[in-house]
Amino acid sequence: MTKAAGHHPTELDVVLARHGRDRLRLVQILREAQEIEGWIPPETVAAIARALDIGVGEVESTLEFYSFFYRRPRGAYVVLFSDNITDRMLGNRSIFDHLARRFGVRRGEVSSDGLVSLDYCSCTGLCDQGPAILVNGVAIPKMTLARADQIHDLIRSKVPITAWPKEFFQIDHNIRRADMLLGSPFVPGSALKAAIAMGPEAFLVEVKRSNLRGRGGAGFTTGVKWEAAKKAQGDERFIVCNADEGEPGTFKDRVLMQYYPERVIEGMALAGFVTGARSGLIYLRGEYLYLKTPLEEKFAELRAGRLLGRNILGVEGFDFDVEIHMGAGAYICGEETALIESLEGKAGRPRIRPPFPVVCGYKNKPTVVNNVETLCKVTEIALQGGATYEGYGTKQSTGTKILSVSGDVERPGIYEFPFGVRVNQVLDEAGARNPKAVQISGASGACLGIREFGRRVAFEDVPTAGAFMVFGEDRDMFEVARNFAHFFAHESCGFCTPCRVGTAIQAKLMDKIANGHGTQYEMAELTHLREVMRAGSHCGLGQTAGAAIADTIGKFREDYEKRLAHKDFEPAFDLDAALARARSVSGRDDAASHILDHA
Amino acid sequence: MFHVAPTTRKRKVRIATTSLSGCFGCHMSLLDIDERLLALAEIAEFDRSPITDIKHCGPCDIAIVEGGVCNAENVHVLRELRANAKVLVALGACAVNGGLPAQRNHVDVGECLARVYTHRSEGQAGAVPNDPELPLLLDKVHPINEVVRVDYFVPGCPPSGDAIWKYLTDLIDGRIPRLEHPMLHFD
Repeated sequence: MTKAAGHHPTELDVVLARHGRDRLRLVQILREAQEIEGWIPPETVAAIARALDIGVGEVESTLEFYSFFYRRPRGAYVVLFSDNITDRMLGNRSIFDHLARRFGVRRGEVSSDGLVSLDYCSCTGLCDQGPAILVNGVAIPKMTLARADQIHDLIRSKVPITAWPKEFFQIDHNIRRADMLLGSPFVPGSALKAAIAMGPEAFLVEVKRSNLRGRGGAGFTTGVKWEAAKKAQGDERFIVCNADEGEPGTFKDRVLMQYYPERVIEGMALAGFVTGARSGLIYLRGEYLYLKTPLEEKFAELRAGRLLGRNILGVEGFDFDVEIHMGAGAYICGEETALIESLEGKAGRPRIRPPFPVVCGYKNKPTVVNNVETLCKVTEIALQGGATYEGYGTKQSTGTKILSVSGDVERPGIYEFPFGVRVNQVLDEAGARNPKAVQISGASGACLGIREFGRRVAFEDVPTAGAFMVFGEDRDMFEVARNFAHFFAHESCGFCTPCRVGTAIQAKLMDKIANGHGTQYEMAELTHLREVMRAGSHCGLGQTAGAAIADTIGKFREDYEKRLAHKDFEPAFDLDAALARARSVSGRDDAASHILDHA
Repeated sequence: MFHVAPTTRKRKVRIATTSLSGCFGCHMSLLDIDERLLALAEIAEFDRSPITDIKHCGPCDIAIVEGGVCNAENVHVLRELRANAKVLVALGACAVNGGLPAQRNHVDVGECLARVYTHRSEGQAGAVPNDPELPLLLDKVHPINEVVRVDYFVPGCPPSGDAIWKYLTDLIDGRIPRLEHPMLHFD
């Protein structure tokens, strides 16, 4: 991917032309412009700004925002280690250190020959087959020391990634329990035919009858959302598939897009059929780059079968087509309004709601944003009718839910259960090893202790977007919470102060406790901070960023207590070490030039 | 009009104040409560403070700290106040955030000292002073809450005399100190 050096105006021009010099496509332009040299030099920024007729600052604002955009040269091979808590439990740190030693390069740096750079990144959605890495954006699961050595040799001999052993890139679906959705065969086009036979109005009634609720976590009723978008004023409407599955511990959408892509795409076409939208956009997280080409091949196949494109299935005027927008490493873009900002080529900062996207979304037009799983579910409703959901699941949470189970279990992977399943049952089926805690719905979700394992997964009890991380009796829940604290500090979009500052302070307090300098004061501060972030943050990220800490303090306080210094207060830094520099330049070493703490 | 609950108080509230790495501006602002100093003297007395010139403080009710922590002596003074005071207050921008003195945090303290003391313009070589009497500089200037537990933060550069008065009278009268927007409005 990386070329030797120098500026390549022609290649950049091709990229710009491909995107019609459209400012709304800036994220896509930057992604492709970066492939020219492996990073985005200032002259490229200036050239893009000129071509799009916008300020350099606007380009930089987008460029700065995303983790996968680089403003400094990177190695020809960029190796990123997924650093979710599940990767850590599988030993990612020792493999990272091993590779760093072999390359002689430190975290975040480029090797002196420009060959390789090494760093950590947020969860890559391969928690059931970690530790995972990304090499130049392509995922490799199941890392071991042996595989790290092989990768080291391949990089040293400059073998292009395309020539690496195919088994490196083999990603398993690990479907352990199939139910209504995963267990039913699906003939592409069948759901569309059924919906067309019903007509859009009658099909919408079915969707509403099913009481299908969004599977992305918030649980908004899909039928109501579609109806609102259908009724909203606008000459153009959009269907957006939220495939920015960034919540640590969640990987069900990856499996659906890899193994059930017809369902996902047909679900989007069904949403188009009901709402009158003609364009669909899949916002695919950057970490899932390897799914892009297979999905686009599937688009072509469906177009050939008249299931996408103009006059779908011969219905005059039923036009709907789909394209992919790639994300670039930003968890916040899973929030629907941040996602829309990103689709429009901007930094992914959540908008103020209302207006809601169904009224004013992408390009300020009515836009439906649905989760991947939700879109799969609507194909079921088209085929079987909304009434089949009655009696399946619970009263307020109908149908099935796909859980991504990882952590200390014998059989990590994908489990489809009817809503209302008890946490215990999931643990039993997955073969949990002496579980002491389950983190449900990812870093922003809830941490349940043993006494709560009888609770039910459903919107009315424990809601979830799908993550189900299991922690065995030997796990340290403080380290789990600290991992999440750093995740949020990294992923905060920086727009509002309670979250930008709060997540950073939270991570520092957790580090202070980890380093043995924490006291009851820090514990009180964490609790206080969580309230400030919850009450004052602009969006869900800040509002939930303290949840895991609050939960683990409440339920696993002993994991914190054992680290606390039994003092009234511990300074935030090493006082004596802070005097070392002045001691050395003044040549002093008398008693007054030291602060030695007694305690 | 201000109001202070009058003379039924059994014992005067004992207040210690100090300026660490600050400019004494906050103490000047304390004097800006003007004639209300007399009312304050009715109900309070000063322990260690630039006002009394007492060198070490004893047990007291309120410690008011101006300035950040820039050297070893600041650490000792601050800890002495904390150990003796029931309530410790960070007064003004430097105590709260490090303030202007923290601007030096961008510069290596060793280079800074060397530049000042060894590169003399007259050409004579100097040396960084090494007298044990001199407080040794920390490598960075810190807000006081990084060194001791702080109960209250009063922002401002400096906080106005009115803000200090409101804060102190609230605290002494047993109310939760509360500064409304106009008192936190600095431009």
